[in-house]
Amino acid sequence: MARSTFVYVTYIRTTPEKLWSALTDDVEFMKQYWFGVHCESQWTAGSSWKMVSESGQILDAGEIAEAVPPRRLVIRWQHQNKPELKAEGESRCTIELEPFGTATKLCITHTIEREPSKLIEAVSGGWPKIISNLKSLLETGSTVLEDPYPTAAER
Amino acid sequence: MTERTPDTDLLFKALADPSRRKLLDLLHAHDGRTLNQLCEHMDMTRQGVTQHLAVLEAANLVAPVWRGREKLHFLNPVPLQEIYERWIAKFEKPRLKALSNLKKRLEKSNG
Repeated sequence: MARSTFVYVTYIRTTPEKLWSALTDDVEFMKQYWFGVHCESQWTAGSSWKMVSESGQILDAGEIAEAVPPRRLVIRWQHQNKPELKAEGESRCTIELEPFGTATKLCITHTIEREPSKLIEAVSGGWPKIISNLKSLLETGSTVLEDPYPTAAER
Repeated sequence: MTERTPDTDLLFKALADPSRRKLLDLLHAHDGRTLNQLCEHMDMTRQGVTQHLAVLEAANLVAPVWRGREKLHFLNPVPLQEIYERWIAKFEKPRLKALSNLKKRLEKSNG
């Protein structure tokens, strides 16, 4: 079956526990590296999940398919805001954390069962910036980008 | 910020080769390819492609994903994002953009 996938990997000098918390329940921390966005969920299998913008708008929503703290999180992820992206239906975001020496390997795989996918295209532009900010915030205490599109004119 | 020379060296060395850059372009065009699929587009031995992929993996530019017994290769742009932030974003992007547009236009009119 045709599918669109991207895989993002980075190594962050932190523990899986701290990284798990940064990706899930630490809302204030998340807003710092996710450009004001945060996620709301109970973070257990079967619980609902949503991503909320700074102004309170629900951008994406879905359900937690698997949660094995601090190792593995699978989100059934559907975009809510733009009709053409919402129409593509559900995608699947798998987040895996693995100890790697003094660091933690973070692997994010986002898949949708269609090709091409505008949703995958849209989220794939955002993830590297978010991950890069998260890494910098955990390792140095500050983010590198404050705006997801610092040079909007360039796009 | 802490200096992370070894990682950065691996990254730039990995990028300093036309065949490896071609592999990244191939994955950018169509992600998640097997070694065989990549070999079809590369004018070199299978062993050569394997070695180049190993260098790209070591630099974290290619992420391998196993699907059953098949190894799929995905372009991992996170280190490129870090290069961008470290080496490009701070150097007055608009002027660089203007230069790059000028270069493109001049080269086009030559052809």
